[in-house]
Amino acid sequence: MTYQEKKSIVSLISSIFIFAVYCLYRYPQYPGGALESKEMFHYWGSFILVLLLVSIAAHIVISIVFNIIFRMTTGEKEPAFSDEMDKRIDLLAFRNSFAVFIIGFLLAMGSLVIDQPSKVMFIILIASGFLSDVLGSLSRLYHYKRGV
Amino acid sequence: MAKVLVGNHIRKLRFNHHEMTQQQLADMVGVTRQTIVALEKGNYSPSLELAFRIAHAFKLPLEEVFFYGDNPEES
Repeated sequence: MTYQEKKSIVSLISSIFIFAVYCLYRYPQYPGGALESKEMFHYWGSFILVLLLVSIAAHIVISIVFNIIFRMTTGEKEPAFSDEMDKRIDLLAFRNSFAVFIIGFLLAMGSLVIDQPSKVMFIILIASGFLSDVLGSLSRLYHYKRGV
Repeated sequence: MAKVLVGNHIRKLRFNHHEMTQQQLADMVGVTRQTIVALEKGNYSPSLELAFRIAHAFKLPLEEVFFYGDNPEES
């Protein structure tokens, strides 16, 4: 298995792990009371912003740890740059990831149109962000394994 | 996914060029070793520029390194 394949798997697992742990941590803090209260919007706003920051920080740390373990176990250095194949695979992964997020965004807006509570809109937005991240990693893994 | 139709003789040419390693070829043409692996497996069609760089590395014309469709040496 190549470095990029391993990295895609690590990225996939870490995305799922970070999202699951974060959701379990935030779920008990959900404010009770009125459905459209100020606290609820504050909760969802902070949920998304903190999730973004935590994901970025965790991915950086996991990437560094992965590179250290990769060097120790294989004795190889990780590729220092992205070549044309890496860039092409990144583009394909981004396209798939973006498509999923846009579908989620449209569904979230649709939920408002059919008078669903704003909680549903936020949940769809967050879920589509998570799924787009997962699909991006899966697309990378698929193309590194099967080719482009 | 569309089948890659551009084949190559990179593995054989590396062997004939003093058993050049994949890493050495990758360094010569400015890509990662994984891209050379993908090229040899037929999992990736290189850009025209990379194809020329690889042909130059072996000091051969492009058509002696790459072929389109069936391998001419097998038919």
